[in-house]
Amino acid sequence: MIIAIKNNQTIPLQSIPVLGYEDFLSLNTSYLKDEAKHCLNYFGYPTEGTLKLICCVANDTDNTIMISSCVLNQEKIVYPSFSAQHLSFHIFERELHENFGVQYSDHPWLKPVRYAFNRADKNSEIANYPFYQIHSEELHEVGVGPIHAGIIEPGHFRFICNGEQILHLEIQHGYQHRGIEQLFLCRKSLLQKSVLAESIAGDSVAGHTTAFVNLWESLCNYKADDDLQFSRTMALELERIAMHTGDLSAICTDIAYQLGSSVFGRLRTPVINFFQEWCGNRLAKGLIRPGANHFHFTEGLAEQLIKVFDAFEPDYLEAWNELKELPSALARLEKTGVVTREQSASIGTVGMVAKTSGIVRDIRATHPHDLYQKLNHQPVIKRHGDVYSRTQIRNEEIVQSMRYIRGMIKKIPEAIKDRAPISSAQKNSFVISLTEGWRGEICHCAITNETGELIHYKVKDPSLHNWLSLALAVRNNEISDFPICNKSFNLSYSGTDL
Amino acid sequence: MVSLLLIVTASLFFTGIIIRTKSILSGRKGPGIFQPMKDIWRLFRKGSVFSETSSVIFQIAPSIYFASVLMAIFLIPFGNMPGIISFKGDIIFFAYILALGKFFNIISALDTGSSFSGMGASREALYSLLVEPAFFILMGSSALLTGHTSFHEIFSSLHFGSHISYAVGTLAALVLIIIALVENSRMPVDDPKTHLELTMVHEVMILDNSGFDLGLIHYATNLKFAMYGALIANFFLTPGYELYYSIPIFIGVQILFAMVVGFVESFMARFRMNHNPQFIIMLTSISLLIFLGVLLILGKFV
Repeated sequence: MIIAIKNNQTIPLQSIPVLGYEDFLSLNTSYLKDEAKHCLNYFGYPTEGTLKLICCVANDTDNTIMISSCVLNQEKIVYPSFSAQHLSFHIFERELHENFGVQYSDHPWLKPVRYAFNRADKNSEIANYPFYQIHSEELHEVGVGPIHAGIIEPGHFRFICNGEQILHLEIQHGYQHRGIEQLFLCRKSLLQKSVLAESIAGDSVAGHTTAFVNLWESLCNYKADDDLQFSRTMALELERIAMHTGDLSAICTDIAYQLGSSVFGRLRTPVINFFQEWCGNRLAKGLIRPGANHFHFTEGLAEQLIKVFDAFEPDYLEAWNELKELPSALARLEKTGVVTREQSASIGTVGMVAKTSGIVRDIRATHPHDLYQKLNHQPVIKRHGDVYSRTQIRNEEIVQSMRYIRGMIKKIPEAIKDRAPISSAQKNSFVISLTEGWRGEICHCAITNETGELIHYKVKDPSLHNWLSLALAVRNNEISDFPICNKSFNLSYSGTDL
Repeated sequence: MVSLLLIVTASLFFTGIIIRTKSILSGRKGPGIFQPMKDIWRLFRKGSVFSETSSVIFQIAPSIYFASVLMAIFLIPFGNMPGIISFKGDIIFFAYILALGKFFNIISALDTGSSFSGMGASREALYSLLVEPAFFILMGSSALLTGHTSFHEIFSSLHFGSHISYAVGTLAALVLIIIALVENSRMPVDDPKTHLELTMVHEVMILDNSGFDLGLIHYATNLKFAMYGALIANFFLTPGYELYYSIPIFIGVQILFAMVVGFVESFMARFRMNHNPQFIIMLTSISLLIFLGVLLILGKFV
C-alpha cells in the first residue's frame, strides 16, 4: 500500500497508491510524528475533472521518500485539514485552497500564497487583501515594502508593534508571480525548460537547475556520467561559498560593521568570477544542461580555482576571526531572532533554518545525489537558532565546501566528447528530485501523460517552508532588529512567488 | 566672528574627512573630502517636493532647524575672543535653541504621517532627552569651576593647573565627543549609511524631505559637527595664544575629531537599539565624575 522511492527515481503514475481522504490524512500526518520525517511536497493537479493530491514525505533515516495520493471529487465538500494535525502542511493546504478552491474546516489561516494567475477565486486580489489586525490604542502598524529597500525583491511586511517591540509580523508575497510552473508545461524544447529552471531564483541557479536536470534525466532514463555529476556538484558547492560569503557581508552591513561588510563583499567576487571563467556567466547560467556538458572542467580551471582559494582563504579566515571576536557585533547577533527547535520542527523548516535549530535536515547527507553519494557529507548543525547561529553555519559551510572542492579537483573526470543524445521522457510517470541548494532543500516534481508530455510540474524552493520561521523569529524582538533577522534567513522572494 | 568663520570652514570638510577615513580603512580610495558639500550644493539647486498630507510645519521646520544651529554657533567663542553673541547664561540658551530646532524637526517628522518617521521621531526625542543631563552637568561643572555662566567667560578663564584639571579636561572632551556622536546620529548610536528604515534614527525622520530642505538639514548636520568640534577645541585653546597658533590647533582638533569618528565607524558594529539609552545614560555618569573632579579642585569637599 505504501510506495517508498529514492531521490531522482521515476515511477509509473499507477504505482502510487490512491487512498481515501481519511486514510490519506491519517497516513501522512502519522508519518510526521517522527521528527526524522518531513513533508517535501504536497500538491494537487486536475485530472479528468477531479483533483488528484500527491503527498511526498521524506524519511531521513533510510533515504526514502513515501508517496501517496488521493482523488478529490470536485464537489463542494469541506475537508478536515492536515495542518490541524501538523502545522508543516499549512503552506501546501493554503496553496491548494488558493489554486483549486479546496475547502478546509479546521485550517488555522487560509491566507493566499502567491495570487497565481489561474487561482480559483479571481476576486481575491493582492490589492484588496485584508491584513491581520489587532485593534488597540497602544499598538501601531508599520508596513515595509513592497518596493524594495535595497536590491532585494518585492515582498510586503506588515508589523504590529508595541512601541519598539514586534508583536506580530505578517509576510505578504505574490508581487512578482511569473507562472513558472505553467511555463514548464508550455515550453516544449528542453533548452527552454533548462533556461526556465535557471530563472526560478537568480541566486540559486545551480541548485534549481541541478534539481531540474536530475529530474529530467531520471524521467528519460538517462544515467549521468562522472563528468556531468562532477560539474553539478562543483557548481552547487561554489554557489554555496559565493552566496554564504555575500550573506556574511550583508549581515555585517546590516549591523553597520564596515570592515566585515567590505572584506566579505570583496571576497565573494573572485568566487563568482570563477563561474565566468568556467562557463561565461557569473551566476553559472548555461553551465548545467540535461545530458550535456558544454563546459568541461579542465586541469587549467582547476589550477585557477586553487589560486582563487589560496587567495580567498587567509583573508576570509582573518575577517571571520575579527567578526567572531568583536563584542559589538556579537551583541547584535546573539540571542536575536531565535527559532526554537520546537517551532522549527512544527513548521517543518528545511535547510539552514532547520540546521541552526538542531534538526539534521540536509539532502546531501540524507538523500544524496551526484557526487554526494561518495562524499559522506556531515551536515553542520547549530543549536541556538539565533542570528549568530545562522552566521556561524555559513562560516562552517564555506570552510567545509572549500575542503570538498579541494578534494574533488584532485580527481577530475575525463571529458566525454560524444554523449548519447537524451531520449524522450517516460510516459505516465511521476518523478521527484531533491537538491540541497545553499538555502536548503530544493524539490522539483514532475508528472507526464500517455504521450510523455509534462502535465504537471511542481517547484518548491526551501523559502516556502521557511518564511513562517522568520515571522515567528522576530516576535518580541525589536523592530530595529528585523533587517538583521531577515538578512540572516535570506529567503527567496522569487522562489516563493514562482 | 573668527569662530563663526572657522566653524563654517571646518563644516565644509568635516563630513568629507569622516567618509574619507572610512573609505581608506575599508581599502577603498573614497570620494574627495569636499564631495558631501558638492552633494549639498546639488540639493540646494533643486526644488522641494511636499507630500499632500503634510502641513506648513513640514515646510518651515528645515529652515528653523538650520537657523537654530546657526544661532547656537553664534554663541561659540574662539579662545579669548567672544562669539557674535555672548551674555551671561548663554550656555542654557545654547542648549535650548538647539532643542528648539530639534523639536521642529521632530514635529515635522510626525507631520508626514509616515509610520517610519514617527518611529524615528520617538527615538530621536528619547536620545536627546537622555543627552541633556550630561550636557548640563558638564557645563554646570565648568561654570562652578570658573564662576561664570557664558561660554566666552568660561573658556577664557579656564586653565589647566593640577593633575585633576587635566583629567577633568580629558573627560570633558570625551563627553563632548560622544554628545556630538549622539546629536549628529552617528555610530555607535545610529548608522547614517544604512538603507533600512526600521533601524534608522535621524535619517528616517528626514525621508520625506527633498531638494533645498534636505540640503539645509544635511548642511546643518555638518555645521553641528563642526560646532561640537569647536567646543572641544576651546578646551585646549588656553587664552594667550596668538591666532597663528590657535587656528592650526583648532583645525587640527577638528580633523582629529573627524578621523576619530571615521575610525569608530569602521571598526565596530552599531548598538542594538535598546542598548542606546544605557550608553547615553553612561554619559551622565561621566559628567558626574567631572563634577566630582571640579569639587575636588575647588576643595569643596568637607
